[in-house]
Amino acid sequence: MSILVNSETRVAFAGLTGKSGGFHAGQCLEYGTKVVAGVVPGKGGQVWEHAGHKVPIFDTMADAKNQTGANAAAIFVPPPFAADSILECIDVGMPLVIAITEGIPVADMVPVARYLEGKKTTLIGPNCPGIITPGQCKIGIMPGHIHTPGNIGVLSRSGTLTYEAVHQLSRVGLGQSTAIGIGGDPIIGTKHLDALKLFAADDGTEAIIMIGEIGGSAEEAAADWIITSGLKKPIVSFIAGATAPPGRRMGHAGAIISGGQGTAESKYEALQRAGVHIVRSPAEMGRKMKEVLGR
Amino acid sequence: MKIHEFQAKELLRRYNVPLLSGGAAKTPLEAAAVAQTLPGPIWVVKSQIHAGGRGMGRFVGDVSDAELDKASKGEKAEGKGGVRLAKSHAEVRDAAAAMLGKRLVTKQTGREGRDVGTLYIEGGCEIARELYLAMLLDRTNNRILLMASSEGGVEIEETALHRPEAIFKVWADPITGLGAWQARDMGFHLGFKGKENAAFVKFALAIYDAYVGLDCSMVEINPLVVTKQGEVIALDAKMTFDDNALYRHPDVERMRDLHEEEPAEIEAAKWNLSFVKLDGDIGCLVNGAGLAMSTMDIIKFYGGDPANFLDVGGGANAEQVAAAFRIITRDPNVKGILVNIFGGIMKCDTIADGVIAAVKEVGLKVPLVVRLQGTNVELGREKLASSGLNIVTVAHLEEAAEAIVSAVKKGA
Repeated sequence: MSILVNSETRVAFAGLTGKSGGFHAGQCLEYGTKVVAGVVPGKGGQVWEHAGHKVPIFDTMADAKNQTGANAAAIFVPPPFAADSILECIDVGMPLVIAITEGIPVADMVPVARYLEGKKTTLIGPNCPGIITPGQCKIGIMPGHIHTPGNIGVLSRSGTLTYEAVHQLSRVGLGQSTAIGIGGDPIIGTKHLDALKLFAADDGTEAIIMIGEIGGSAEEAAADWIITSGLKKPIVSFIAGATAPPGRRMGHAGAIISGGQGTAESKYEALQRAGVHIVRSPAEMGRKMKEVLGR
Repeated sequence: MKIHEFQAKELLRRYNVPLLSGGAAKTPLEAAAVAQTLPGPIWVVKSQIHAGGRGMGRFVGDVSDAELDKASKGEKAEGKGGVRLAKSHAEVRDAAAAMLGKRLVTKQTGREGRDVGTLYIEGGCEIARELYLAMLLDRTNNRILLMASSEGGVEIEETALHRPEAIFKVWADPITGLGAWQARDMGFHLGFKGKENAAFVKFALAIYDAYVGLDCSMVEINPLVVTKQGEVIALDAKMTFDDNALYRHPDVERMRDLHEEEPAEIEAAKWNLSFVKLDGDIGCLVNGAGLAMSTMDIIKFYGGDPANFLDVGGGANAEQVAAAFRIITRDPNVKGILVNIFGGIMKCDTIADGVIAAVKEVGLKVPLVVRLQGTNVELGREKLASSGLNIVTVAHLEEAAEAIVSAVKKGA
């Protein structure tokens, strides 16, 4: 079992003929992901080839979905056009959209977030490494070979820190159900709490590594939910940025909205109150999980 | 990206945000000339730096070190501040001469202060009330937030701590934009009545137009003042912009003042590296923002002190790695370097090539620990081992932190 993606997932790549889109579509194909379509306006009817695979290209996401049965979209469209591409996916009712693109203006994402409200689409990202269910499906830019199938869910904002957690788990003999990088932008579709709920409901996930970051209040929200929901699955957490200088990342008035929330300390405290096993060294995530599980 | 007050006011004026008349000057003569275009009878001469607390700030050379220490903590110090009142054109000129070319130390600049190269000269007004107003993104609901407080001239963090009931917030729905009814409601809460509230509504809507039109990440008006004549005016203005959207606003991008930025950070930006200078002695070169922060954290965890945050990004090449290396080694505080790369898209052998090239180019006077993991890791380690350079190669994060911290301590 897993969350959001598995061997049945059929992916359409928006921006397939771009340098980055093409490279990563190839990597995903080689990992075993079902890449069924490309969407590149103006190139409909062409065929993209990689290592013997032929992938049809469509002008619109609607055509791609209707003609190939795609049930997920990966966005590799350049920043000025990426929000438009996400809106197109939401409009055609694509169940899952993974926006890898880095550098989308915040003002473009404000209406996207609004448009998502009440819709059936799950958006991951933007500015994220993507999602992988080891051995079944990889949609994103992570190195597939470091992952091993198993039953630990991994959740983080950033790419390489997710890889670090996965690597540590594999090192102590623990595989992963699904690893998801939710993205580092101010506006993202799937937040810590959303992903945590999915892992909580997944029978294939026995325990969770949740990596937080300074700023915002997503980790506090997750901690509150752990308490109210009575979630029993063990969670190991690390918060990145405890030593980052204040004020460099958060705007002057930005700190106020959450009123005292946002520091690594306040996040650690909230998580500890919720019974989460915290580690203060990022090197301890894997070992702590092994210890918590008593293996 | 940040800009100066005079630039923010130039932009806000385009969106019909009510302001006092004024102009910028880089010499005392220019300052007097600007004053002549304003009616008087009083003028305000304001230092332009990317930091707040200018009025309470003090200039290096004007007062003793002890007074500068006080100014850097936001405490009342002897001497004159970075914002001065003048009652004649000659006084404007003298005030300008006394401030231009000097370093201003405020609560927000830190003890080293910032050079004042530009002044903004503005007319005076009769103030009846001072308030606070800001607009920014609320990350909890993805909406643009308008926040105001009846406590003007006070930092919003202070108000939040001591008088949270004085703060009012409304959120703009992207479908409708900020509603006049929302601004009106806020105005009534702030105690505005009649024409004053109408003026406040106009003001708030103009700020929203500017925020959206210019891709701002924050607009802060502190204080917003109500004059005795009932006008609502932005007395000060701070604006920051979404770097990802600057490509749409070349006129805003031209307002960038490189004097206000750390030279190493400017150099890093040229190479598409994300760099923040810190006070420690262990230079860090990492891929990915989360791992870069974690690397700083683990250095601290093992008793060391990071000299910087440096993220080379997901797809860096050998040239970028070499540039990052040059930037780190230029910092005289750096007594050791930790390279921590988890290769995904970026292959470990590429990183190894970059590190070897950089070491050969700039030389290696301090211990260097390289931790490689991920794609092509064996090839990368092999390259480092056969380079003949004095590089400690490790496989895991904790080993890397231990190795560099102990190497630096030994050297000290």
